[in-house]
Order: sequence, then structure tokens, then C-alpha cells
Amino acid sequence: MNLAGLTAHQLHEMLKKGETTSTAITEAVIKQINQVEDKVHAFVTQTPEKAMEQAEKVDKAIQGGSPVKPLTGIPFAIKDVLCTNGIRTTCGSKILENFIPPYTGTALQKLENEGTVTLGKVNMDEFAMGSSTETSYYGITRNPWNLDTIPGGSSGGSAAAVAADECIISIGTDTGGSIRQPASCCGIVGLKPTYGRVSRFGLVAYASSLDCIGPMTKDVTDAALMMNILAGHDSLDSTSANMAVPDYTQSLVNDVKGLKIGIPKEYLIGGLDPDVEKAIKEAIKTLESLGATTVEISLPHTEYAVATYYLIATAEASANLERYDAVKYGYRTGEFDDLLDMYMKSRAEGFGREVKRRIMLGTHVLSAGYYEAYYLKAQKVRTLIKQDFDNAFEKCDVLLTPTAPTAAFKIGEKMGDPLQMYLSDIFTISVNLGGIPAMSLPCGFSKDKLPIGMQIMGRHFNEEMIFRVAYTFEQNTDYHTKKSPIAELAK
Amino acid sequence: MAIDIKHVEHVALLGRLRLSDEEKLALTADLNNILQYVEKINELDTTQVEATSHILPIRNVTRPDVVKPSPGPDVMLANAPDREESFFRVPPIME
Repeated sequence: MNLAGLTAHQLHEMLKKGETTSTAITEAVIKQINQVEDKVHAFVTQTPEKAMEQAEKVDKAIQGGSPVKPLTGIPFAIKDVLCTNGIRTTCGSKILENFIPPYTGTALQKLENEGTVTLGKVNMDEFAMGSSTETSYYGITRNPWNLDTIPGGSSGGSAAAVAADECIISIGTDTGGSIRQPASCCGIVGLKPTYGRVSRFGLVAYASSLDCIGPMTKDVTDAALMMNILAGHDSLDSTSANMAVPDYTQSLVNDVKGLKIGIPKEYLIGGLDPDVEKAIKEAIKTLESLGATTVEISLPHTEYAVATYYLIATAEASANLERYDAVKYGYRTGEFDDLLDMYMKSRAEGFGREVKRRIMLGTHVLSAGYYEAYYLKAQKVRTLIKQDFDNAFEKCDVLLTPTAPTAAFKIGEKMGDPLQMYLSDIFTISVNLGGIPAMSLPCGFSKDKLPIGMQIMGRHFNEEMIFRVAYTFEQNTDYHTKKSPIAELAK
Repeated sequence: MAIDIKHVEHVALLGRLRLSDEEKLALTADLNNILQYVEKINELDTTQVEATSHILPIRNVTRPDVVKPSPGPDVMLANAPDREESFFRVPPIME
């Protein structure tokens, strides 16, 4: 048995019974990384020595009688946008090539306190701006299901690492779909929690009113176990919600009888790939056969979501990325005439093409004479999009949609046309604008044997209902048990 | 509301980006394409709609003003591209 191929909850059972050790698990995962990483390129920075040290420490503690908590001894991969004390954090950018944070973010600290094992930092679109992990300064990541296709993005390294069994669990971030779309492309589970449910302290900011941290895992149970640790208020993030955190494993119930599932009609029209449409319709039938009822819902402002998102997200990004001034940390150009020249050259040389494009768009929409027409207008449309969800959830318990309009596309296919790239997030973006939680989980395969994901959206702070529907679907299907060809390769 | 290369140069100065001539041309085309697409939101009448800046029902979160230990200058300056003693070093900002 390849330990690297198991889930966290399976390994936890074995650890508890003394059937394996964290050292054995970590060794198996590192062996897997060594066998497949040259094909996938999921990692930016690997920390195998640190991982083995942590694993040995965990094993000693277990031998000494310490409790084996659900994620104790589990190796995990961290999206390179989360600050890790003493481990380089690049955000996929040249500008942070040598940045070593002096602190660890809250989400990671909480996981570390449980005794998780850090494998390293995984690849992403530069500053989380992209849908394909092709904009990273550290090279592209490939989809373990088909190496000629993208793993999705921006958390493409996380999704690919999970799908290739190069880690047991991973952590990603989602501003417009960056957890869910790569989860869909790589056939794994990814949850974007409610805005404010998980502390953002230590997450390098892209668009502060939209950014969320969440789990990326092999199945729904592992996502619930991670959420039990990640969720909660943090005095270091004033936008984190001061609300009680439920035990999400209580929602892992194989029962959807009597639940109402809303199907937004705006998501099942033109442009949807026939394979995706077929998979979603079958998923709906599966849930109906298990006792759920479906109801057609309208989210009338759906068609304005991508435009609204690119105005709000780029405006916030242009402000957030002002901090890269070549003074406190980050890349500084070699030669310059004066301070202004130092700023302008350092930023021009440090940022990649897509980041510059978004800084330019965001600066433009915030500049005098354009602010009201673009930014303020977009914030008002955001209200309408949020109201669409409020109205929908009066009629149903969850909404079910495709996660992405197509399965993973070919590497290079959309790099020449930013607008086409932006439209690959068409089904995920409204969720961030509305601040609601949503999960992507595997629900089928395309003719080309690429995974297809479905998205389940819930009410604000009602991740539990999402877990219940997702768990029921998973227990009655076997898509989550299928392994990518790359994962199968190494035995 | 098409934008020209002069406006792109103005925005690049505001955004502190030194762009090459080739980048300026490409960005003028890209931004016009994207702006043309986002014009879509003007189809909606929002005169009666409040703006949403974030979705949480919270405002002005405060905390007690308590002194806590800080990491100190050596830790905070460790990533500085250039430093002198306990300071970040930058080119002269006044003649």
C-alpha cells in the first residue's frame, strides 16, 4: 500500500492504532514527490528536512502518550501566498524571490499546533492573479490527469500536489475561484469558506474584501477536519467573524432527504461544455434519487459578475500592491536615478505581465474622473449580486452549479487573451462578491478523461449544509476514489 | 470611453510602473478591451442601490491599546534590500 495515496482520516485511523508512523507517511510522500515532481512541478520550495524533523517529533510525542489529533502527523503543502516563518514565501513573483517572512500566518499556525508536517510551498499564479498557474515566475504547473493541460489556478500547485499524491492535504486561497476552479480541474475537493470564517492574518493580500483561505483535499471528510482547525475568530484579523465554530464532522451525514437544491438557470446556458452539462445533470439526478428536491432559481445579475469582479478586485489589488516599494522587503533594481526611478524600475522588473495589467486596470478605475463610473458603480452592482443570493436562499438550502464551464484547458490556450482567461471563473466569481461559502467536488469526467467538478453554494456561515450535501453525494458516487495517471505511476 | 497611450503613461506613473514602449502599446489595447467588456454594468440602473464594500455586518473594529512585544529591528530589517544600522536605506528624497 502506498501511504501517500490515502486520505488524512484514513491515515489518522492507522496512526491511532499504531499501524503506521508519521515518519513512514512523510517518507512515502517525499518518495512520491521525488518520483513525479519533475513532471508536475507543483512545488516552488520543498522542505523535506523540516518535514522529517516534524514527523519524528510527532512520533516521539505519540510514543510518549500524546493524543493523536485528527491532523497530527499529516504531511501538507502550503500555497506560496501564506507567510511561513523562516521559509521563503514568493507569491509566485520575482519581486518576493528572496522574501523570508518573520512570522507564520494564523491559519498555518493553527495547523502546525495540531502537529501537521510541512512539505513546502506550492506554486500559484503570481499574486494569485490567474486561472491556470501559468503566470508564476517559477514556471508552470501541470495537471496530473493530463500533463498538456493546466491544473487551474490560482491555487494550481495545491490542487496538482493533492491529485498527484505529493501531499495528503493542502491549503489554498480563493478570491474569485482560486480554490474551486483548480479543485475542479484536478478532481479534488476544495472549499471556499464564508468571507471572515477563516483568519486572513499572514495571507499576502490580493483583494482584501474577497480573499479567503480554505482546504484542498482528497475528499469531503478531510475538508471538514481542516475546517475544524481553520475556522474561528482571530484578534489579528479584524475582518474575521466573532462567531462560534461548529464541529463540521457532525455535518458528514449521508442524507439529503427533504433538502431543497436550487439550480440557477443562468448557469446552465450557452457556452457550457456538453460533457460538463451532462455531468451536472447526472449529479442532480443522483441527489434527487437520494431524496432531495430541486427547484429552478434565478440569479438575474449573474451576467454582470465577471465585470464587477474585475473592477473591484483590480482596484483593491492596485492599492494592496503599493507596498512593494523596494524599501522594506522584496526586489530592488540595480541602477536608478532617484527614489521615483527606484520605485518604478523595481516594480516594472519585479512584477510579471498579468500583475502589471491588473495594477494598471485597478489604478485606472480608482483614478480621478473614473472612480464613480467604475469602482463605485461596481460596488453597487455587488449589492445586487449579493441580494440575488439572499433571495435564492429563501427558496432553497443550497445552490448547485458547475464549478467551471469546461474541464482543464490546454497549456497556453488562453494566455494571449486575458478576457477569455477571466471568463473561466464565470461560475465561481459571484460567490466571492456575495461572500458566501462554496465547495467544488468531483462529479464526473470529460470524454478526454479529465475531471469535472460541481459547485455547491450555501448561505452565509452555513458551511455545514454544504458538507452534508457534498458528503451524501460523495458516499453515493466513486469519482473521489479515482486516481490521476501521475498518482498511479508511482507505486 | 476609450483610453489612449498618453492616459496609459499617466496611469503607469500613478501605479509606479516603468513600462517599455511595447508594454504601453499592449496595455492600451488590453485595457480598452477589458474596459469595453466591463461597460456592461452600465446597463443596470443603480441610483437606488447602496454600495457594498464588504459583506460582514461589522464596522470600526477596535481593541484595547496594549503594548505587546515586537520582533525588534534586526528581524524586521532582515528582508530589506538596503539598510544602515536600524534604518531602511533609500536614495535621497530631498536635495
